[in-house]
Amino acid sequence: MGNLDLSFANWELISKFVLNGFYFSVALTAVATLGGVLFGTLLALMRLSGRQALMIPATIYVNGMRSIPLVMVILWFFLLVPLLTGRPIGAEWSAVITFIAFEAAYFSEIMRAGIQSIPRGQVFAGQALGMTYSQNMRLVVLPQAFRNMLPVLLTQTIILFQDTSLVYAIGAYDLLKGFVTAGKIYGRPEEAYLLAAVVYFVICYSLSYAVKRLQQRIAIVR
Amino acid sequence: MAWDWQVFCKITTDEAQAPGCWAKGADVTYLEWMVHAWGWTLAVAAGAWVIAVTVGALVGTARTLPNSPWAVRLANAWVELFRNIPILVQLFIWYFVVPKMFPAMQQVPGFLLVVFGLGFFTSARIAEQVRAGIQALPKGQRYAGMAMGFTTAQTYRYVILPMAFRIILPPLTSESMNLLKNSSVAFAVSIAELTMFAMQMGEETSRPVEGYLAVTILYVISAFAVNRVFAYIEKKLRIPGFIVAGGTGGGH
Repeated sequence: MGNLDLSFANWELISKFVLNGFYFSVALTAVATLGGVLFGTLLALMRLSGRQALMIPATIYVNGMRSIPLVMVILWFFLLVPLLTGRPIGAEWSAVITFIAFEAAYFSEIMRAGIQSIPRGQVFAGQALGMTYSQNMRLVVLPQAFRNMLPVLLTQTIILFQDTSLVYAIGAYDLLKGFVTAGKIYGRPEEAYLLAAVVYFVICYSLSYAVKRLQQRIAIVR
Repeated sequence: MAWDWQVFCKITTDEAQAPGCWAKGADVTYLEWMVHAWGWTLAVAAGAWVIAVTVGALVGTARTLPNSPWAVRLANAWVELFRNIPILVQLFIWYFVVPKMFPAMQQVPGFLLVVFGLGFFTSARIAEQVRAGIQALPKGQRYAGMAMGFTTAQTYRYVILPMAFRIILPPLTSESMNLLKNSSVAFAVSIAELTMFAMQMGEETSRPVEGYLAVTILYVISAFAVNRVFAYIEKKLRIPGFIVAGGTGGGH
């Protein structure tokens, strides 16, 4: 074993370098989850609408996003968004837009499976009550689809939290970057990587344990 | 915005255009560099795939073993460890921390360290699919093996694994495509693969859009090729009358 020295990891380091990055990672995860689920649901509804004009663009978008590495998507948006808007927006905002757009494709696949898991009879029952399409979706189908897919949506959110570390490619200041910066300044990069791994592990493991418990509770109810 | 695809014919060290887009001697054009980078991407992904499938199959099977609680616990710990740390952090640890902690690892080339990092990361996901595939089989299959007087090893070898393998082929397909896409993370430890090439070329030539576009298309082609190979295998191995359930959602 080599010579590891973790003594540099004190509260000063954490509050100075790591906390800012942690807040950004959490905020990015939250915004991308909300935006991703919202746009993902719209994409799923488009793909299930039965209208070619809606199905084809949504299918191309989802399959396109899903066949490109996330790092490339991050680089693309960082390059293209300033070209389109005409002014630089910074790595952090670029990351937010990228993750909403990218995660929408993955969440739409989950929501599509969720909507398709609702028995046809539910839709027919809504129609028999005289509900319009939007009422039927809003009051009958989507609430059940969300509930069925909640564990999968949350699992995807944990994956999303891990993937936020890839904003490293454009230099945005996230949790990982916080550790890397601290490691550089204190001259202890290896220890900083290990600490980052421990922090990510603790967060993701606790969250996935919570999701597992939730899954069991939902399973008992039905 | 005007395209400039001639940029691929430029020699990387000077501004000269190479005739036929392929430079002679020690020079390389951007096109040549990109082809090499594609090779690195495929090499990283292929190496990691072999490790991921081997380790994933072993660990996933171990998680379903009856009467071996310690094997199950160990395998579960393996999956949780490699699944709950971002791939980028795992790569940094393989590339920077492991050689420092274990001086013997300093002789190992960086390429191999990345292959191990990606392979072990993906092995956790494949192990999860293998476990799910084995547990998706009706309990009666296992009992049938026992009733025939098979040992546990024989039950797995002749009854459970052949069926489970076919069940996990669809999720294994998407996981293999994910692995190919995840290989792009190797840019962070200076492996000369496609993403690294795209970034470098964009900086050197100020024509990033052309570079990104070419690289993106190569990724899509590679992922599609993986998809087709697996579809072929799936078709060849299909057992008439045995319907395989598809995987849904999640993952990257």
